[in-house]
Amino acid sequence: MRKVLLYITILTTGILFIGRLFYLQIVDTSLAIRSQDNAIKVIYDYPQRGYIYDRNGELMVSNQPSYDVMVIPRNLKPFDTTEFCNILNLSREDLEKKLDKARIYSPMLPSVVIPQLTKSEYAILQEKMRNYEGFYIQKRSLRDYQVDHSANVLGYIAEVNQKKVNENPYYISGDLIGRAGVESYYEELLRGVKGVKYIQKDRFNRDIGAYKEGIYDTLPEKGKDITITIDAALQEYGQQLMENKRGGIVALEPGSGEILALITAPTYDPAKLVGRQRSPNFTELYYDTIARPLYDRGLLAEYPPGSPFKTLNALIGLQEGIVDTDDKFSCNHGYTYGRGRKLGCHAHRSPLDMIPGIAQSCNAYFANVYRRIIEKYPTPQEGMDTWNAHLKSFGLGDFLGSDLETGRPGKIPNANYYNQIYNYPTYKWYATATISNAIGQGEVLMTPIQLANMAATIGNKGWYYTPHILKEVNGQPIKDEKFTEKNYTTVETRHFDPVVEGMHEVYKSGTASALRIPDIEIAGKTGTAENFTKIDGKRVQLTDHSIFVAFAPVDNPKIAIAVFVENGYWGGRYAGRIASLMIEKYIKGTITRTDMEDWILSHSLEDEYAKPLSGEPFRINQ
Amino acid sequence: MSKSSAAGFDWISIFIYLILICFGWANIYSASLGSNTGSYFDLSQPYGKQALFIGLSIFLIIIVLSVEAKFYQRFSSIIYIISLLSLAGLFVFGKTISGATSWYSFGAFGLQPSEFAKFATALALAKYLSDIQTNIRRLDHQIKAFIIIAVPALLIIPQPDPGSALVYAAFFFPLYREGLSGFYLVTGLSAVGVFIFTLIAGPLWVSAAVMAIGLLIFFRKRKKRPGRILITLFIIISIGLSFSVNYIFENVFEQRHRDRFNIVLGKEVDSRGIGYNTNQSEIAIGSGGWFGKGWTEGTQTKGHFVPEQHTDYIFSTVGEEWGFLGSAMVVILFVLLLLRLIVLAERQRNQFYRVYGYSVIGILFIHFLVNIGMVIGVFPTVGIPLPFFSYGGSGLWGFTILLFIFIKLDSDRLSY
Repeated sequence: MRKVLLYITILTTGILFIGRLFYLQIVDTSLAIRSQDNAIKVIYDYPQRGYIYDRNGELMVSNQPSYDVMVIPRNLKPFDTTEFCNILNLSREDLEKKLDKARIYSPMLPSVVIPQLTKSEYAILQEKMRNYEGFYIQKRSLRDYQVDHSANVLGYIAEVNQKKVNENPYYISGDLIGRAGVESYYEELLRGVKGVKYIQKDRFNRDIGAYKEGIYDTLPEKGKDITITIDAALQEYGQQLMENKRGGIVALEPGSGEILALITAPTYDPAKLVGRQRSPNFTELYYDTIARPLYDRGLLAEYPPGSPFKTLNALIGLQEGIVDTDDKFSCNHGYTYGRGRKLGCHAHRSPLDMIPGIAQSCNAYFANVYRRIIEKYPTPQEGMDTWNAHLKSFGLGDFLGSDLETGRPGKIPNANYYNQIYNYPTYKWYATATISNAIGQGEVLMTPIQLANMAATIGNKGWYYTPHILKEVNGQPIKDEKFTEKNYTTVETRHFDPVVEGMHEVYKSGTASALRIPDIEIAGKTGTAENFTKIDGKRVQLTDHSIFVAFAPVDNPKIAIAVFVENGYWGGRYAGRIASLMIEKYIKGTITRTDMEDWILSHSLEDEYAKPLSGEPFRINQ
Repeated sequence: MSKSSAAGFDWISIFIYLILICFGWANIYSASLGSNTGSYFDLSQPYGKQALFIGLSIFLIIIVLSVEAKFYQRFSSIIYIISLLSLAGLFVFGKTISGATSWYSFGAFGLQPSEFAKFATALALAKYLSDIQTNIRRLDHQIKAFIIIAVPALLIIPQPDPGSALVYAAFFFPLYREGLSGFYLVTGLSAVGVFIFTLIAGPLWVSAAVMAIGLLIFFRKRKKRPGRILITLFIIISIGLSFSVNYIFENVFEQRHRDRFNIVLGKEVDSRGIGYNTNQSEIAIGSGGWFGKGWTEGTQTKGHFVPEQHTDYIFSTVGEEWGFLGSAMVVILFVLLLLRLIVLAERQRNQFYRVYGYSVIGILFIHFLVNIGMVIGVFPTVGIPLPFFSYGGSGLWGFTILLFIFIKLDSDRLSY
């Protein structure tokens, strides 16, 4: 016992010490974190955000400096609060409140006291800054908009939220991040990389030089300048035309898939979401649930496409070999099927073959074609899935895969969809049950950008590039295979010729003949979509949506466009006019038909939109 | 002197000593570096001075090993008396540094006699216990031994340097090894235990626990009848102590002592005032992780967050810059050295040699226990250095002489 007492005591002590060290160094990680907190100060140097140019090199978005007054509560020393408040036009109570808030957030970490000083405030404060220990000025870069349109395309920047800070270690509280539009989708290109300096501090919180001689310090890397495919002039013009209307315009360059214009109405001036007024302005836009200015109708609104969809059924019919361009179908003010049910049609001569069928938009013609497609196979299920596969190859019924921040898949039904609705196999269903699909009503939904892409695909006769908005990065054209490789449809090129001719006929002699532009040949298709709302729980029909889809010139398309005007009545009335003006503007650069332009600019649909909200009975389609 | 060749020295101990000295210097260099890098031997900086101290230590080692082993036994009393005089002389000639009059000043350098008093006392105690007349089981001899130990301690306490005085508790180990009754150990540990548990749980709980333990012992050892009176006495004294703890704590202790206890017992969390040292030290060690931040890369060390880091808190630099592996290695090296010294002490046939050996082990162990315990936050703050590691010439020389006298004695063991 006498010999081993010391022996055991020493061994026990050694083991206890090693256990304690293991706890401190390995188990309890909070100590390591606190070490970083108190020994190293991190200073960030924010780079300039990249500029955004339009396809013609016009500057759309640049930067303006902004200065935030920051505070580190722990470092505060008594200061002349009266002078400080006077410079910043602040009441003493406000200042106290802000400092308390900062102290509660963290005594050691910086908090914003006054965001986004004006230049004159900054100039005065800068000189006095040395009197205010604990405060400092953080320079940031805010957006400076050179255009008053395209808010939906560009998006905006705002302070990063806590969720993102937790997810992505690049961001710290107070950083700015792109939200919506190009700013969000190409955040990583635009933001650049912020520089960082690590400063070693001593126990009095004094800087004692760079941490590890600055080997971890980095310089800020300027954000990349990007060129987007938008034509700013066309975009601005489109927005003017859409004033006092609701809807969307999407224009594409068929040969490249580049988005020339992406307009939603109503919209807002992008400059509204910059600076100290950002927050109240955003709240106002966000809570406008009637006009919904933050809702990008060109990308998000899923509507029944109506008549323009008929062109696709014609193409599928030809590819499946169940119809020939010469086959005629009769129309007796509609198409009768089943037990006395009828798909109505307007008055036109009968019977018609394919080209006049498209030009006159004959419902009976396409009901026949559609029925033959579905009934070509032993079961309607096989027919439906074949039809669905063809439409999928046009980029319908799914997200397009474009580089836009938002989008919707639309809807193209398949056999399984109807099996569920009709509870197959207990109950059977046939082509006639889905006959509305023949004319783009029924279960089919498309977004305006899908409609525009459909027009581009028809103009290209069987292929399309995925629509995209990024053209160049720092002057270098994009190389992303997603946007530089063609997507081919399952319909062969030769079948497109009669459909293109039919759409050209629409313009020459059909439903869009009033829209002719001197020297430009257009292929188009009008559409009119019934729509409903609920008033006091009752389903009420509203004035039809006005739809127009086109590409031009017919032989070598430079622009494909889809225009959608809510409650604009028939296709040629609003959408057709707007589309033809847009096409003329883009191809010619000037407008020759000023009377049509004046008509559009002077007509408002606000009365129409007010009707269902008025609480009084109203008439539609006037 | 039958065998004085180099082969007679215990190279294992010498090797561990050298590793500790060199590693210690590397850490002092880092801890006192500041933001500018200078020459390793810049004599205006602690690391430069320590390099000089280490050089002088080598010189001291050569002298210590060259002197005949019998010299230490023969002259132990004289060395002891010189040592006591040097301690007493401080009251007249001492220089006060940071509130403690512990130094003789020679220009830029100072000497701290308390560091040398340890080996002097060890020699004196060894001499007394190895005397053929001495029987440590006799109370009067116990008192004489106690006086030898207590006199230097009493001279050191008023400097004030209670930490260094505490080290003299180390001499319990040689006394116990030589036959001192275990009664003292049980009594001492019981008193400490009662004291600490009373601070944590209060006197009522402790009284209840003491009675329960007393009854347990009484019934278990009934057949051996160890003395009912003794157990009753144990219970009564323990309870009495427990109830007087509050009085001692509040009236005998000073506030800073109370604070130190409260912090280690987790009763108070104060990371700004007295708890600052321990808190910063734990942060520095904790931030080291498995492998540490690398030599001279410690952010806490560079920022001088830990006070006294190159002296008493040097182990926190090890923890931060060398991580768990480095700091555990230092603990293991100390344990190995101590265990090796036990082996050496046990193989002595000369009682003087053995008592001296146990004194060396006891002194080194108390320093190791109190210093690292303090740095890693399991022992109250007591300012004593970590042997061979902490900055300071007197400390380094004192420990070097202490250890190497024993190595010399060990090399001489075969002459008996």
